[in-house]
Amino acid sequence: MKELLTDINQWQGEGKRVALATVVQVYGSAPRPLGAKLAVSEDGAMVGSVSGGCVESAAVQEALDVLSTGKPRLVSYGIADETAWEVGLACGGTIEVFIEPLDW
Amino acid sequence: MAELFDALAQAIRQDELCAVVTTLGGPEIGSKLLVQRANTPDECGSALNSVGTLGSPALDQAAIAHAEAALEARKPTRVSLSIEASDWDLLIDVHAPQEVLVIVGAVHIAIPLVTFARELGLRTVVVDARTIFATQDRFGHVDELIQSWPEDALREMTLNESTYVVTLTHDEKLDTPALICALNHSVGYVGALGSRRTHAKRVTALQAAGVSEEQIARIHAPIGLDLGARSPGEIALSIIAEIMQVRNRKGESK
Repeated sequence: MKELLTDINQWQGEGKRVALATVVQVYGSAPRPLGAKLAVSEDGAMVGSVSGGCVESAAVQEALDVLSTGKPRLVSYGIADETAWEVGLACGGTIEVFIEPLDW
Repeated sequence: MAELFDALAQAIRQDELCAVVTTLGGPEIGSKLLVQRANTPDECGSALNSVGTLGSPALDQAAIAHAEAALEARKPTRVSLSIEASDWDLLIDVHAPQEVLVIVGAVHIAIPLVTFARELGLRTVVVDARTIFATQDRFGHVDELIQSWPEDALREMTLNESTYVVTLTHDEKLDTPALICALNHSVGYVGALGSRRTHAKRVTALQAAGVSEEQIARIHAPIGLDLGARSPGEIALSIIAEIMQVRNRKGESK
């Protein structure tokens, strides 16, 4: 989280809304552990990571959607998920990511 | 709004251990509770402070109990709770202070050790009174290079569970006072380089200085995981590997 603060502060200082994605469950092998974070600004800039790069672009889209609805959501990426074929984890694991507006 | 995040950001900046509990489902999805160790126990006897709410006092109370265990182990945890006939899915996220590796002895092994530790996200400090060893040329990559007696330098530092101390000089005059200082604090790891014979001599010196057997037993010696290491790089690898092992297994039942 520490390494995300500078960017988050800058975005918020510019009046931009920010979404936060956090790895909340890891099944099997996955590159980032529980608690790993990705922050996304409303114009699509990102800092941090929730995987080794496999699902970041999908997570950014989801984060922008969360910013437009204002509602947090729990998203699953990996072999057990339908979207796996598009944004699957090469390592074969599954991760759950909680995506929320940073309005708390 | 932003009150809880501001408190979290402040705790992170001040290098304080804290946990953030988040509800991951249900009507209260996204509700938050920040949990921190209080400096002084409050009148209820609880040593934890909290900011925010997950939705009900009973849920907050249960979450704080789980947060206490997560803080102790310094590991984020996902928990399912049944409170007041409702099921709750929670993430307890733990924000731990910056880890610091204090290396006593600007010796050859310290050079790759700094490289490995930095790669793993640790802040690195090298201390040596011998200015021929502790040079900017040799340690351009270290976060902080301190040219002074290790004992004096350590006394000035904040030594806590996120601090790992290794002594590499083999020199009793430098290592032993530094070890005594480290053992006086609840640092996360203490290791001392040297053969079994060197360590036996060191133990005698520590005993003579009044250090208890219990404290002496905290020293990892011979230092490092047994990789059959020979070169400075291999020894540095075995040391950093042991530090990671001790850190990662903290809170696991033995």
